[in-house]
Amino acid sequence: MLPEEILHLICPMHLLLEPSGHIRQAGPTLHKISPDPLEGAPFLEVFEVFRPRAVTCMKQLLQTEGRKIRLRLRGGVRTQLYGVLVADGQGGAVVNLSFGIHVMSAVRDYALTSSDFAPTDLAVEMLYLVEAKSAAMDASRNLNTRLQGAMVAAEERAFTDTLTGLRNRRALDTVLERFKRGREPFSLMHIDLDFFKQVNDTLGHAAGDLVLRHVARIMTEVIRKEDTAFRVGGDEFLIVFAGLMQAERLGEIAADLVHRIEEPVTYDRQVCRVSASIGIATGTGGIDNPDELLEQADMALYASKRAGRAQFHFFGEAPAEGGPAQMAGK
Amino acid sequence: MHGLILRTFQVFVEDTYGPGIWAKIASKAGLEVPDFEAMLNYAPEIYSALIGAAETVLDKPAEAIWEDVGTYLVSHPNSEGLRRLLRFGGVDFIEFLHSLDDLPDRARLVVADLVLPELELTDNGSTQFKLRVGDGLPGFGYVMMGVLRAMADDYGALVLLDTESGHRGEQYLMVTVIETAYAEGREFELAASGSGGGEG
Repeated sequence: MLPEEILHLICPMHLLLEPSGHIRQAGPTLHKISPDPLEGAPFLEVFEVFRPRAVTCMKQLLQTEGRKIRLRLRGGVRTQLYGVLVADGQGGAVVNLSFGIHVMSAVRDYALTSSDFAPTDLAVEMLYLVEAKSAAMDASRNLNTRLQGAMVAAEERAFTDTLTGLRNRRALDTVLERFKRGREPFSLMHIDLDFFKQVNDTLGHAAGDLVLRHVARIMTEVIRKEDTAFRVGGDEFLIVFAGLMQAERLGEIAADLVHRIEEPVTYDRQVCRVSASIGIATGTGGIDNPDELLEQADMALYASKRAGRAQFHFFGEAPAEGGPAQMAGK
Repeated sequence: MHGLILRTFQVFVEDTYGPGIWAKIASKAGLEVPDFEAMLNYAPEIYSALIGAAETVLDKPAEAIWEDVGTYLVSHPNSEGLRRLLRFGGVDFIEFLHSLDDLPDRARLVVADLVLPELELTDNGSTQFKLRVGDGLPGFGYVMMGVLRAMADDYGALVLLDTESGHRGEQYLMVTVIETAYAEGREFELAASGSGGGEG
């Protein structure tokens, strides 16, 4: 076999150059990708060599001997190619080319097949790897998306009181922490049901659960969208009012709550009657420690309890004075 | 047990027999969650429990089910990605056969923790081949039977397949290639069209 025919098989992307810079022979794969005839054409008119620097004549081209050059076809899809040139000792040269990293697009653009690559070429292995890796990545990404969904659902469950559907104490900590970090003003309402124990003891837990769910529903109806109600204990609730500071409005809400909670609920033809004591702490004082505000709401609640229950108090108001913020007890 | 193997079995049953049958098999095998994740690992007992449950529910011997899995992997549209990966092995069926030695390594290149039984091809003449399937994954020899049968169709080759058990869980597949270009075969282009590759 002639050396030149050997080249066709083991280097299907080779070129033999005359001393004049004309192409004497080109490998079969290059014929497939070039829109123009190759044999007889000047190499630098078919290919643009742009690295390591632009090459404009055969003399410069020969100077790149042994080094990696980057080039592209001047016509057609202009796929980038990598190559190396070796002088043939008679003024001409042998050039071998490869698609390098652009093999994916080249295979697509020119509809190449395995037989367009030398049997030793890793191009097909590279295509295999890219395709297999993207399948594996897709599977991995799918799994991550599903896991993320499951995580959100689990967090949601962890922050929800299963009986009432309100947020729970753990959620309260998170919300307060957020307010603390964001330095956003907020008010707190601490609500404790009155006579709940009697309902539980005389009518049973099922009746108690019904009352709790009923109270929770009232709370969600009374508060605004940006406020959050929590069940923080057996018959203990907390409402966080985001950005709402007006004592007058908070008083109205508290009065409404007490009034509606006092409406009797029927369980199994038995009437359940409860009421609520409420303590309110407004964030007007510029308190940036939520724990302090919690304590104030707690103290105000205690004042309501001490004053005879079924009423609300603001923190800081004179105790047992019977002012406008109070409501008649039962 | 690698989730990819269990997941493959699941999608095979779902695509071939429907989700209802899969639910039956999963419940009979005592699975708490009837869904496998391809990228997670599971207890090895699950595999044998699943195969046992499938034998009962499908009323088919395990060998036949495994072979169907192999055929499914190559010929079902939902596993087109895998068929493409196998076709990268060679330009004709014989070259594909010779690429089988590399199959477990190729699989590991992509999914590093997926360990498949050893495959070793020996040829007795140019048309007689013997594929030794190592142990480690019960039924893999039958899966390979199904794969070879379907790949022969894919390449358009006419082949005869037979199997015999070796010692210690090994299995031998005898392949006689009668004609490499018997039929048209399915098209295969190196460049993937669209997004390419479903789940395997």
